[in-house]
Amino acid sequence: MRITQGQFSFLPDLTDTEIRAQVDYALSKGWALSVEWTDDPHPRNCYWNMWGNPMFQIKDGAAVVFEVNACRKANANVYIKVNAFDNTRGVESMVMSFIVQRPPHEPGFGLQRTEEHGRVMRYTTFSYAATKPAGERY
Amino acid sequence: MNKPVEGRITDMKERYKGGVLKYKQMGYWRPDYEPKDTDFICVFRITPQEGVDPVEAAAAVAGESSTATWTVVWTDMLTAHEDYQAKAFRVDVVPGTGTGPGTDKEPQYFAYIAYDIILFEEGSIANVTASLIGNVFSFKPLKAARLEDIRIPVAYVKTFKGPPTGIIVERERLDKFGRPLLGATMKPKLGLSGKNYGRVVYEGLSGGLDFTKDDENINSQPFMHWRDRFLFCMEAVNKAQANSGEIKGHYLNVTAADMEEMYARAEFAKSLGSNIIMIDLIVGWTAIQSMSNWSRKNDMILHMHRAGHGTYTRQKNHGVSFRVMAKWLRLAGVDHLHAGTAVGKLEGDPMTVQGYYNVCRESHNKQDLSRGIFFEQPWADMKKVMPVASGGIHVGQMHQLIDLFGDDVVLQFGGGTIGHPDGIQAGAIANRVGLETIVKARNEGRDILNDGPDILKNAAKTCKPLEKALETWKDVAFNYTSTDTPDFVATPTAS
Repeated sequence: MRITQGQFSFLPDLTDTEIRAQVDYALSKGWALSVEWTDDPHPRNCYWNMWGNPMFQIKDGAAVVFEVNACRKANANVYIKVNAFDNTRGVESMVMSFIVQRPPHEPGFGLQRTEEHGRVMRYTTFSYAATKPAGERY
Repeated sequence: MNKPVEGRITDMKERYKGGVLKYKQMGYWRPDYEPKDTDFICVFRITPQEGVDPVEAAAAVAGESSTATWTVVWTDMLTAHEDYQAKAFRVDVVPGTGTGPGTDKEPQYFAYIAYDIILFEEGSIANVTASLIGNVFSFKPLKAARLEDIRIPVAYVKTFKGPPTGIIVERERLDKFGRPLLGATMKPKLGLSGKNYGRVVYEGLSGGLDFTKDDENINSQPFMHWRDRFLFCMEAVNKAQANSGEIKGHYLNVTAADMEEMYARAEFAKSLGSNIIMIDLIVGWTAIQSMSNWSRKNDMILHMHRAGHGTYTRQKNHGVSFRVMAKWLRLAGVDHLHAGTAVGKLEGDPMTVQGYYNVCRESHNKQDLSRGIFFEQPWADMKKVMPVASGGIHVGQMHQLIDLFGDDVVLQFGGGTIGHPDGIQAGAIANRVGLETIVKARNEGRDILNDGPDILKNAAKTCKPLEKALETWKDVAFNYTSTDTPDFVATPTAS
C-alpha cells in the first residue's frame, strides 16, 4: 500500500527539483525547514527521528535539499519527510509537511477489533512493520 | 413650518417630568461622544418609516436596545442612567440609497451606537444577543433593521475561552499541515440506514477524504437511530484509517431535543473514539456554549453547521449579518464554522465571504469596508476557527477555492464526491489529487487563478477519476445575483 500522510502523497513522488521548489516557498515565507525520518509510520506517531535540529539559520534551499539527500544516504529504507515551521504569534506550529522517501515495500496497517459491551468496538490500528524491532522493519 | 430644536434635555426637572419625549431629547443621540476602548460598538443598517427622522430613529434604536421605554420613567433617577444609556453617535446614509444621484432606492442609514461594558454579563453570548437584538428589531418606527457589524471590546473578548481546539491544535491532532482539509456531507440527506450510511463514509474516507459529515437534519429518525449511525460510522472511520495510514474522522451530529440527550450522544461519540462531533446552530447560544465547554474538557473538535442562518442573514435590509454571527460563534467557542463558498450553490459574494473568513481566522481584524468589516476587532490571542466551504462545489473549481480561501479551510464536496460516475472512492481521489495538485502548483509560484484549469487538466492525464470529474461537471456554475454584497467598493488610488 502507500501511506497517504503529508501534503502530496496522492501525487507522483517529488523529484529533487520539486522538493527544492517547495523548500524555496517555505523560505520565502520566513519559515524554518527540518528533515525527519522514521520506521514507525503509525498515524499517531508525531515524533519521527530528527535529522538534526530544524534549520533556523539556513536561508538557502540547496542546503536543505543537501540535508534531505544526506538523510537518504544514511537511512535507506525508511520514511523521510520535510517540514516547515512558522513561529509567528498565533501560529507557532508546523505549516508544511511532505514525504520525500518511502521504504520500497509498505506493508501498511492492520485493524484490531476488541468487542466491548453491546455493539461497542474498540479499535487499534497497528503497523505490520512495527511488529519487528526498530532497525529491522524494512 | 419651524420645528423646535430637539436636542438633549439636560435640565433634570424637564427631563423627568412625566410624558413622552423624543429619544434624542432623552439623551440617546450624542454626536460628540467618543467611544471608549471598553465600549461595545454596533453599526445597524436602519430603514426608517416614512416621515421618521433618521437621527431620531438611530436614537430610538440606541434607547430600545439599552434602557429606554416609550415614555419617561422616574425610576431612571435611581440609576447611573448616563452610563447605562446606549449612545448613538453617528448616522451615515448608506451609499447608493436615498435621494442621492443614481438611485431611487428608499433611504437606509448606518447608525453607530456605543454601549457601556457594564451592560453585559461576562462570557455570555446569550446575554449579548438578548441585549442587542432582543427588542429593537420589532420596533414600529423602523421598516427594517440589520445588525451589520459589531466591535467587541478586548476586555469582553477576554471573558471567553473561545474555540475548544482551534486551527493550530486541530492540525497537530490530525497531523495534517500545509493544505486545506477535505470533507464530504453524506448524501442522500435522509433515508439511508446505519449500515448503508457507514458504507458511504467508508468509501469517501478510503478514497482520500479527511472527514465525512452528518447533514444538519440527520439526528435520530425512524430510518436510522443515532446509536446505529455512530457505531457504523466509527467502524468505517477506523477501517479507512488503517487502510491509508492517516487520521480520519466523521462529524457525528449530536443535535437533539434537549441538553441531556445532547450530552448523552456526545459521550457515546467520545466512548467510540471519535475525534470530532457536530452541532447545528439552531440548538441556540446556551447549548452552543455548553457543548463548547464539554468539547474542551473531552478533547473533541467541535464542528458548527450554521443551519437556519439564511432566514436572517441574507437580506441586506433586515436581520443580522453573518459576520456578526461569526464573531459571536468564535467567542462562544466552535472549531469549524460553515462560512460560505462564494462559487457554490449557496448565497455568498466573494468579498463578503472573505470577510467572514477573516473574522474566523485573523488574530486582529483591520477595518476593511470592501469586505464588509466596519471595525478593528482585537481577538486577544483567542484560538482561530477553521472556516468550512460547503455547498455545490466541485473539483473543477479547486483553483478558485484555494485562491480565495488559502489553506486553513475545510473544503466539503458532498455531491461532488458521491456523484462521481465511477463511484465514491473515485470522487474522493479526484478531489484529493485536484487539491494537492493546486497546492503544489501554488507553492511553485504558478498563477493558479488563471492557469488552474490547465493545471488540473494536466494532472488529470495521470488520474482517470480526476479526468472524469472535470468532464462530468465542466459546465456547472451558479451565477446568480448576490442578495448581500458589500456597500463599499475599493477604489483604485492614483499612482
